[in-house]
Amino acid sequence: MAIRQGLLALLDEGPAYGYQLKAAFEERTGGTWPLNIGQVYTTLARAERDGLVAQLETDDDGRVVYEITAAGRREVAQWFHEPVRREAAPRDELAIKLAVAVTAPDVDVTSIVQTQRGETMRTLQQLTRLKRDADEDADLAWLLVLDRLIFDAEAEARWLDHCESRLARKAGEKAVRRPATGRSPRAAQGSAR
Amino acid sequence: MTEMQTAPVLELRDVTRIHGSGVTAVHALRGVSLSVCAGELVAVMGPSGSGKSTLLNVAGGLDSVTTGAVLVEGVDLATLSASDLAAVRRRAAGYVFQDLNLIPTLTAAENVALPLELDGGSVRESRRRAVESLAAVGVEELAARYPDEMSGGQQQRVAIARALVGDRRLVLADEPTGALDSETGEAVLRLLRRRVDEGAAGVLVTHESRHAAWADRVVFLRDGTVVDSTSYSVDADAAGALS
Repeated sequence: MAIRQGLLALLDEGPAYGYQLKAAFEERTGGTWPLNIGQVYTTLARAERDGLVAQLETDDDGRVVYEITAAGRREVAQWFHEPVRREAAPRDELAIKLAVAVTAPDVDVTSIVQTQRGETMRTLQQLTRLKRDADEDADLAWLLVLDRLIFDAEAEARWLDHCESRLARKAGEKAVRRPATGRSPRAAQGSAR
Repeated sequence: MTEMQTAPVLELRDVTRIHGSGVTAVHALRGVSLSVCAGELVAVMGPSGSGKSTLLNVAGGLDSVTTGAVLVEGVDLATLSASDLAAVRRRAAGYVFQDLNLIPTLTAAENVALPLELDGGSVRESRRRAVESLAAVGVEELAARYPDEMSGGQQQRVAIARALVGDRRLVLADEPTGALDSETGEAVLRLLRRRVDEGAAGVLVTHESRHAAWADRVVFLRDGTVVDSTSYSVDADAAGALS
């Protein structure tokens, strides 16, 4: 995940120390991706090694304040300028589960789809509830993140609906084909066309 | 609130609806039971032809059942005379359809006032309440406009104002976000949700899970049968959605 670029973009707004960056990152993203402070300092140390940030001073409480360098600014600008590339085919447990289930004997795939759809729907309801409770002006950044999660969950639900329809159609075709050996009227009708 | 939630505003008891007869008979609904209480929004989902719209039509008394019963505020719609049924449709239930159904020769305020006037309300009082209802959905300034002078989103808001005017306890919405863009569609759902939170019972027919997620409960129909149902529990850890 783009923690490095996110922290750099925050530093682009002004110098800060680790805890301030952690708090700002979480506030903007509504705590969706919580950071531990160790992760923040590791990221800053690597960015310093790469010449993207520099230590400015240590404040009275002994906290190290970082500022962004010109190279760091260029990396932020590039990040905002370039599209985020999708992974070619990220491993997807649900897709793997259905692919295995549909080819395995004696697995009720329809039931797997329905169980999953219920889970996805509950997630969507929870996310929508968070959205209803958010303040449209004060929580704009957080609302955009929520919308992203909602659209992702919706895509999964649509895919599950699609799988269910496809499975139902296949089951229907099998049901028509199976009695064909016994010359069912429907099969005979089909072959007459 | 507890009392509100225990008495269903809408109740479908083992409802079957068969269109046509003999070999051409179509079973639109097969033994569907559903209760919706005040303050509760139920979404009905399912593929095309699964019976969603039929369910909404029988719930609002726009279509009759073949067997089973539909009760609105405890009254079995089958026991009502045609005029009493029409009164239930005007007073108790409000409808929002995908194709809006605004009357093109009437202004927004006249469209919204129509059910009240048909119900014997004075023109003056009906108009006053219509403007109030338009204000509630944020389009008071459209009162004097005709449907063809409004955008799709504005027309849909007017249709919602009409569905909510007066003291409707049951709001029935069939794909109310229709062809609206996602943000305008969301505004429409917020309005529906707010009315339900204020004490109405709502049924929302939709094929989009993102819209259904505004409901407290989601019922899935397939071939006229309820195959699945999920509830949102306020006790559920909302943060769980983010893990």
